[in-house]
Order: sequence, then C-alpha cells, then structure tokens
Amino acid sequence: MAVTVKTFANASEAAGALSSDRSARYLGGGTLVMRALNEGDVSISTIVRAQDQALSRIDASGPRVTLGAGVTFARILAERDLSFLHAPARSIGGPAVRNMGTVGGNLFAPNPYGDFTVALLALDATVAVQGGFGARDIPIEEFLQARDRQAGTLVLSVSCTRPASADAFRYRKIARIKPKGGSVITLAAHLPISGGRIVGARIALGSMAPTQIRARAAERALEGRSLDTATIAAAASAAAEGTSPSDNALGSAWYRREIVGVHLRRLLSGQE
Amino acid sequence: MTKIPLQFRHNGRDVAIFVDGGTNLLVALRELIGDMTPKFGCGQGGCGTCSVLIDGELHLSCLTLAETVAGRAVETLDGMKQGPNLHPLQRAFADNFAAQCGYCTPGMLMAAKALLDRNSSPSRADVIEAISGNICRCTGYEPIINAILAAAGGRASA
Repeated sequence: MAVTVKTFANASEAAGALSSDRSARYLGGGTLVMRALNEGDVSISTIVRAQDQALSRIDASGPRVTLGAGVTFARILAERDLSFLHAPARSIGGPAVRNMGTVGGNLFAPNPYGDFTVALLALDATVAVQGGFGARDIPIEEFLQARDRQAGTLVLSVSCTRPASADAFRYRKIARIKPKGGSVITLAAHLPISGGRIVGARIALGSMAPTQIRARAAERALEGRSLDTATIAAAASAAAEGTSPSDNALGSAWYRREIVGVHLRRLLSGQE
Repeated sequence: MTKIPLQFRHNGRDVAIFVDGGTNLLVALRELIGDMTPKFGCGQGGCGTCSVLIDGELHLSCLTLAETVAGRAVETLDGMKQGPNLHPLQRAFADNFAAQCGYCTPGMLMAAKALLDRNSSPSRADVIEAISGNICRCTGYEPIINAILAAAGGRASA
C-alpha cells in the first residue's frame, strides 16, 4: 500500500506534522519504519522526514555529550571523543545497519533490539523531544516508561555526561551469534567512584522487560560500597529483581532470569 | 496516489523513474530499473542480500526509502564487473568456492567491496566484521572470508 511521504526542511515543521496525524511515523534510518512497511503495517499511512542538519549534529567536545537523533552508529564509531559509546554502537547490526540506524530510532526499537538505549539509560541520558506543545527535555527513564505514547513526538537529540573514566562505564551484550545478533540480554553499568565508594550506581538491562529498565535492586546493592567480591555477589543475586522478561526465539524468560545475575557478576568483575 | 519523480545515479548512469510513496529502493531497482542483482531476502534488515552502496556507504536497499537516494550514487553488483572481465572480488569468489546457492552473493560482494574500498589490506577479523550483517546458509562463511582475503592480496589461509 502506498503511503504519503512528507519531507520538511526543519525539525519543528516535521514535529508539527507528526503530532497532528496519528497514522504518521517519523523516518530516521529506516530500519524500523521501512521494515514495518515491508511487513504490511497498515497503521502507517504517512511518513514524515526532516532534512535538518541539527538532527545529525554531534557535540562531544566537553563533559556533556549531545548526539542529534539522526546520528548513525557508524558516525559514533568514527568519533574518537565518543569512545565510551563504541562498545554499544559496535554491538548493533552489521556495517549496513550501523550506516543506517540512528540514536533516536534506537529509543523506539523493541526487543531484542535497542541495545544503544541500554547504554544511554545507564548513563542517565536526557531526551530532547518536540511535540505539538513545543520542545522539552525528558529523563530517558521517563521517556521509556511512556514509549508507547511517544509516537506523536519527534526526538531531537540525546545528551549524557561523559563517564569519569573508561572503567566507570561498562557494557555487555549477550547474543547467540558473534559478532552480530539480536540480544538475549544486554547490560550496561555506570559506576562513578568517589573516595573508593560507588556513588550513583546505575545498572540498565535490555530484553528483561517490555522496554529497557534499570535494575534498582542491584543498584542498591552497589550504592555506597566498594566494588569488592561481596558487593558484586550481592548485586548479581539482586539482578533479576523487578524484571519481567518474555520468551522469544533467542531465549526464554526463565533463561533470561537465570543468566542475568551471571552476566552482571562478570560485567562488574571485569571478566570477558 | 501521486507518483513521485526520482532521479539518481545507478552504477554510473543517470536514471529517472516514478515511484509510489513508501517504495523501497530494492523494489525500485528490481522492478522499475530492471537491475535484478540485489536480492529480496527478509525485508527486515537481517540477511543483507539486498545490500548496495549509496555514495560509497553500505546500505540495505530493502530498508531504504527510494526517494532518499535522489541525486545520490547507488552501486549494485551489476556495476561491479569491468566490461567482460569479472571484478577481482568476483574472480576470488569463484576461485575459492565462495558461492553455493548464490543467493547471498550479491550482498556479500557489496559488503566486501565496501570494506576493500576503505581498507585494502584487511585482517581476517576485519573481514568477519564487514560481512557480519550478511547471512549465508550454504558455505559456513570460511570460503567467503578466504575469497575476500584473497582478493585483497592477503593469504587465504592466514
């Protein structure tokens, strides 16, 4: 079925078109929307595009990093200043998908995809969106909780604070195929250290709930402690708490609950 | 529904077609231009057999909205051979038994070309990464990896 394609020069016009039409979807890299069209998704009758340079801007010079929603994973991998995001970017797709898929689109990618968003959730990112009401910033966790209702808003950019050291941010994706494949589970940890203690621990999980979620019980087990064997064991045993994984072709809900603690322990103890 | 006029370069030649809204590049190439070298595999971005180069960058044509290539250069396997001669990558695929049923081959060759255009002496790991978005159900990948290394001038057994 043919759809109407509306192309706009700037993001705010595109946001207006998106918010006024319930059957409109924003086309980023195409890996979600074109796939839906190929599968005959009749709920989409309008495709909205914006050719706005601001959407593909990267600001990585300072401690606060901002990525335009249209920035591709290939561009993140080409940016030396974004090395802390290279592991999650590299874990996505093959080269073609990384040349196409965008940071903004990844926020909407359902399981077993959306790995980059797991990293952004652990980094307490902020999502800048524009709807019919104007532009505003939303904490990523709040954005994800209301993701089903975000279809009418246009994501402009995502920002986060650069981790203090390479060791403070860790990422691990478990897939059945190497080097590529959908996620069985995905884990990211941000562990800022102050005076030898973890302050502001963030553990984010992918494929452990309908959207990417924080493992709050594991965070509590880490908070205010040093990253020793006992602390890691406590966090690992709390990893599945509050999760609600599903069965899919890559793994069962039971299997995901069984392995999430194992992989969190490996992530926290720096094992390959 | 109004047809949308679309012009782009296809293997070094200017083409002009009319597409329906929402048409993907793979359909435009196969059904409107008659270039049958990119294949339809999954339509989901999982198999890679529809891979083409857009302005030299590897893309999946089935997930590319056709009108986004307006004014850009699209390269497919059809443009790879040089006159009557096979491209060195095609020759290496034949010599190393890198194609069995052949369905993945167009995508594999484009992914390999995207790699070698940027990196003329890739490591085995580079080759594996470069074709990681392309699925082959026949060869077990080893002959394909060896063919790409051979085309790059590397030792196939390395």
